[in-house]
Amino acid sequence: MTKEKFDAIVVGAGMSGNAAAYAMASRGLKVLQLERGEYPGSKNVQGAIMYANMLEAIIPDFRNDAPLERHLVEQRFWIMDDTSHTGMHYRSDDFNEVTPNRYTIIRAQFDKWLSRKVCEAGGTVLCETTATGLEWDSAGKAIGVRTDRAGDVVLADVVVLAEGVNGLLGTRAGLREVPKSKNVALAVKELHFLPEEVIASRFGLTGDEGCVIEAGGTISRGMAGLGFLYTNKESISLGIGCLISNFAETMERPYALLDAFKRHPSIQPLIAGSEVKEYAAHLIPEGGFNAIPRLCGNGWVVVGDAAQLNNAVHREGSNLAMASGRMAGEAISIIKSRGGVMDKASLSLYKTILDKSFVVEDLSKQKDMPSLLHTNSPNFFTTYPQLISHAAQNFVRVDGTPKIEREIATTAAFLRARSRWGLVSDAVRLASAWR
Amino acid sequence: MHLVVCIKQVPDSAQIRVHPVTNTIMRQGVPTIINPHDLAALEEALKLCEAYGGEVTVVTMGPKMAEDALRKALTFGAHRAVLLTDRHFAGSDTLATSFALAQAIAEIGETFGTPDVVFTGKQTIDGDTAQVGPGIAKRLDLQQLTYVAKILSIDAASREITVERRAEGGSQILRTRLPCLVTMLDGADAIRRGRLDDALRAARTKVVKWSAADAGIAEPANCGLRGSPTVVKRVFAPTSREQKARQIDTTNKPLREVADGLIAAIFADQPALKHDLGFLGSTGQQGVPDVDRES
Repeated sequence: MTKEKFDAIVVGAGMSGNAAAYAMASRGLKVLQLERGEYPGSKNVQGAIMYANMLEAIIPDFRNDAPLERHLVEQRFWIMDDTSHTGMHYRSDDFNEVTPNRYTIIRAQFDKWLSRKVCEAGGTVLCETTATGLEWDSAGKAIGVRTDRAGDVVLADVVVLAEGVNGLLGTRAGLREVPKSKNVALAVKELHFLPEEVIASRFGLTGDEGCVIEAGGTISRGMAGLGFLYTNKESISLGIGCLISNFAETMERPYALLDAFKRHPSIQPLIAGSEVKEYAAHLIPEGGFNAIPRLCGNGWVVVGDAAQLNNAVHREGSNLAMASGRMAGEAISIIKSRGGVMDKASLSLYKTILDKSFVVEDLSKQKDMPSLLHTNSPNFFTTYPQLISHAAQNFVRVDGTPKIEREIATTAAFLRARSRWGLVSDAVRLASAWR
Repeated sequence: MHLVVCIKQVPDSAQIRVHPVTNTIMRQGVPTIINPHDLAALEEALKLCEAYGGEVTVVTMGPKMAEDALRKALTFGAHRAVLLTDRHFAGSDTLATSFALAQAIAEIGETFGTPDVVFTGKQTIDGDTAQVGPGIAKRLDLQQLTYVAKILSIDAASREITVERRAEGGSQILRTRLPCLVTMLDGADAIRRGRLDDALRAARTKVVKWSAADAGIAEPANCGLRGSPTVVKRVFAPTSREQKARQIDTTNKPLREVADGLIAAIFADQPALKHDLGFLGSTGQQGVPDVDRES
């Protein structure tokens, strides 16, 4: 049997893999994409919010047929303690635009759709096929992959590793390290089904309008983490995630956190009467700029979560995955059109494009944030939320105590908990990490 | 040898639930699978193909999304897939389905070569009728082998097939002549994992799509709802039977007493049973097998 040879093999059919495969297939390259799941999306877990412009860069008219749930008109940030939440809500009719900016999606459906686009563009997609190893030539260039199916190695000029946060192919081959536990969060989520009109009335939504809540505080029990609630058409995605290293230290169980989050008096009424259809867990790269591994080498590039491209602060991941996948695909197409060899030197074009883009720009801006939140997590996720909650209650409760006493009590509570120096230093460090 | 395998895309019955309040079947988000019995049939066909040479054609009747099931069958190693899809087929019962499939198989015979064996699963897990296979056999005038556990051999020269058929109380070894229709039981062999080249070929193979007219069906009145005399009068969830287990204290009691207590308790619940079993007097007088007392 003759060995099949492709221009490129893409390992993984998530956001980054699909973007890369589409970018190359639509430019006429012979692309093979391997996906271990039963169908693209079957193994992929995300909240999920999808940012339109990164997808527009790949498929400009995606709104025609992409399975989108709701476009977001309202964002709620909540700081929670055990019985309350202090919130900032931003809702704007500006988001009811012709081409909305953010959508909730359900990945199992969305990824299937995007993969269909890859097929239509001429890519060959094999599901239920796990890439088990990279094949190298004697000069140390990746020349193809082995799979878990009987048969030969599949050859390609370049392998795009879009294998996700826990990608074994690259780590086994020593192309990058196994992500450190302080650089990876574990998120668990449930899909709660509710009738469309119930969701609309609970969140004050009309038509395809959507609302998201992102919450931090005592719900993560002192760990660096975030809870979320996203409205889909007929379901609510509800989840919570914390750093793996925190879970290891505290021995907290993720499902117990989610259970407590669900029963929180601020969340419970929003999901009351729902039916849980899905429970999923996923790792999220949180290491930011400092955790980005080597992005290309002889015959290979790495994109998306596998390359740790995730903005923990802005809760962006899939858009960075789409952007990096597209850029890798475009770089490879350019090299191919020039008749170039897919070696380390030529493939560094991908890194050059990525470095100049918002992807690396944003990540480098906040490169100190992950370690700050990690080392200071009890303050940021327990002490401050409790203090803020206390302050808010002091402000709104009316019981005959003079206002000045209440304000003094609030200030004293802050100072007791963090000291003057601690407050100043937290503020400075937070601000500088942000900048 | 040309082997045709009829498959059906069915909802994964293990994941279907009944709504606790409305008692309706909740289809939302229920994944589809290839009917497991059909996979057994496909595996058997692929094995025959390896042993005797030839081609395997899979065929299904269904909506457009049934193409996924056919594509999967191709990755297992089938050579060709035909999707029979037409709004005329909507609402087909087993009579209309076997009519349409029989027409399609005849057309497959014309186009790709006369089938030697047509396979179906013994039944589908959503309808559970086991009528479509025999319906096809009758219409195409094929020898009919149902509930087949295993194909033992095919004699290409004399064109005879020998199979093992599961029957009540044992197995039957049956032989008949080709062409024939076989309905397969599952459990003989799990479906194989397709080779990489099969998977690649499957990804590139175009599924043949036929409308009713393409399949040579001139008279759509025999298809779909119009060709289906079966009427579903009502779909309902059986009421769940809630019964509490009763505990009988057996500590320091002789076995006889425990047994009598058990029987008395059963008869108290089901008086008719007592009569049916011929109990006339008190327990232990008649009809009870002589148990080993006190041991």
